[in-house]
Amino acid sequence: MTVYLIRRLMQSALVVLAMTVILFLGVYAIGDPIEILISPDADQIERERAIAALGLDRPLWEQYFTFLGNALQGDLGRSFVFNEPALKLILQKMPATLELALAATVFAIILGLPLGLIAGLKPDAIYSRVIMATSILGFSLPTFWVGLMLIMVFAVQLGWLPSTGRGPTAEFLGVQWSFLTTDGLRYLIMPALNLSLFKISLVIRLTRAGVRETVLMDYVKFARAKGLSPNRVIFVHVLKNILIPVVTVTALEFGSTIAFSVVTESIFAWPGMGKLIIDSIYVLDRPVIVAYLMIIVFMFIILNFTVDVLYSVLDPRVRLQDQKA
Amino acid sequence: MSEQPTIEVRNLRTHFFTKAGVVKAVDDVSFSVGKGRILGLVGESGSGKSVTGFSIMGLVDPPGRVAGGEILFQGRDLAKLSEEEMRKIRGARIAMIFQDPMMTLNPVLRIDTQMIETVLAHDKVSEAEARKRARAALVQVGIPSPDERLKAYPHQFSGGMRQRVAIAIALLHKPELIIADEPTTALDVTIQGQILFEVQKLCRESGTSLIWITHDLSVVAGLADEICVMYASRIVEKGTVDEVLDHPLHPYTRGLIGSVPSRNVRGRPLAQIPGMTPSLLNLPPGCAFRARCPRASEACLVEPEMTAPLPNREVRCFHPHLETVAA
Ligand SMILES: Nc1ncnc2c1ncn2[C@@H]1O[C@H](COP(=O)(O)OP(=O)(O)OP(=O)(O)O)[C@@H](O)[C@H]1O
Ligand code: SF4
Ligand SMILES: [Mg+2]
Repeated sequence: MTVYLIRRLMQSALVVLAMTVILFLGVYAIGDPIEILISPDADQIERERAIAALGLDRPLWEQYFTFLGNALQGDLGRSFVFNEPALKLILQKMPATLELALAATVFAIILGLPLGLIAGLKPDAIYSRVIMATSILGFSLPTFWVGLMLIMVFAVQLGWLPSTGRGPTAEFLGVQWSFLTTDGLRYLIMPALNLSLFKISLVIRLTRAGVRETVLMDYVKFARAKGLSPNRVIFVHVLKNILIPVVTVTALEFGSTIAFSVVTESIFAWPGMGKLIIDSIYVLDRPVIVAYLMIIVFMFIILNFTVDVLYSVLDPRVRLQDQKA
Repeated sequence: MSEQPTIEVRNLRTHFFTKAGVVKAVDDVSFSVGKGRILGLVGESGSGKSVTGFSIMGLVDPPGRVAGGEILFQGRDLAKLSEEEMRKIRGARIAMIFQDPMMTLNPVLRIDTQMIETVLAHDKVSEAEARKRARAALVQVGIPSPDERLKAYPHQFSGGMRQRVAIAIALLHKPELIIADEPTTALDVTIQGQILFEVQKLCRESGTSLIWITHDLSVVAGLADEICVMYASRIVEKGTVDEVLDHPLHPYTRGLIGSVPSRNVRGRPLAQIPGMTPSLLNLPPGCAFRARCPRASEACLVEPEMTAPLPNREVRCFHPHLETVAA
């Protein structure tokens, strides 16, 4: 297991390094921040001073190594716009996005798992067909449209839920969270539901497919032949087996949920990283864009790692192979 | 014969109502097994042996269901019981061992979990007591270092060991009836022999009745008291092991015996029954074995009934091999 962990860590480091190059070049290739940041009527001297101050006059490779050296010390550059460390800016916004993505994941599990279970156990029943048809909608309706519809119905028409912002927050572990206040929770519901729509559908389909496959297995029939109660058969023998793919995919999906939150955050004016990155792209605030993308890369790497560990906790067969490795 | 049999199946019909039509997987099957007796249920693949076993257990999955007949377990008709009443019997009074030991144990649960839950499903005892019983059952089927093995997962066992665990689970509640569905087919011959021997011993010691399902006559020869030969959902021949093997009446049984290596003269090619098992979906009228039968005649275009041409022998055939008995 230790050898395996070390190998994984080295692979991850390489991935991060490769990503820094790609990101740096990719972001460099788009647009010219000077055009946006400096007023068109500024004179040549003023322009050059600004360019030098931002370090944009040096050769590309030098800029990269400066960036890399700084990055290793946790400095991903200063925002052109806010003149603050880019990392700090993003980390400030991160809890809001994490909270949103976590809430969406919780929704996906608490709604998707039971619905998928029902649809898998009684695939021919009317309600199962309704569940599956709805899940297709969840896959295919665009997030922004559903977001707007949610606002139309629950905020504008019914006036039940607030439609913009995060609402009141409370501090926990030095960070502000919405879900800790009743009112904040009301602000969280709609954006989280909107963001989780795709994931709910995904969990429903995964669970249903898993259940349908698992109930046909000999070990499920054997469990029944032992005289176990139907609940024990479903919630221990079937569920424990389908949890493996469901947990894996949900955890892996967490990264894309954060990436997708860009849309939801824009619609609901949720003050998270997604909204910040959209604003930064508009003004070509390169350090913030690069820092955001680096953080996303890190997140994916950490997620993959966690999933591997979780997997071995859930599946004893994997555990044994790791011991051998 | 005044004693009530452990299980008596009367005119059992189990049908699968598929989109392509009704599959009569078990059709008019009757047999009984007395206390401590061993019945061998023999037939080719697809003849309905497993479905017969699952019908007794009440484990036929949709689109299948028991469409008729009686399954009298100590006089009680199992087909009429509620699901919860049936659950109480399953695993406690009737246990079943499956064909493929690699598939019968849940891969993500430890052996102790899978054994203890079986104890607790029927008896209100402490977990410690349940563990003690699980351990004792492992010892009984000859599994070394049971404490260690209890904490292991199925994939850490060989096929033979897994089947022993499955047998140990079947023995946990000392059932009156065990249905063993080809439990040794997937194992190699030495282990097969060991397990056969042990199961036989356990049944004799505890007076447990046993239905041993197999497609291999040689397995049944040394094990069973009686034999039922199944062909295309029906029982075609019934009798004691010695009589059926020494003087088979049905042409199909004769074919089966001809294809067992040990009963052949050395060097002679293995006799095969020509042809294939017919599809159950559209069985032609008359005897289902007709297309493969060397004795078939005009008379066989009508469905033969079960007859008893000799005392204690039953056969479903218009032209049984009575001459071998006389000889
Ligand atoms: N779920 C099902 N749907 C439709 N038909 C089925 C189903 N299960 C079993 N059958 C039918 O029942 C027949 C008998 O099956 P069964 O499993 O009892 O055979 P078997 O004698 O146990 O064969 P084997 O030696 O291969 O285990 C099969 O031919 C099959 O057509
Ligand atoms: S009834 Fe006729 S076809 Fe059927 S087994 Fe007997 S002889 Fe053969
Ligand atoms: Mg079978």
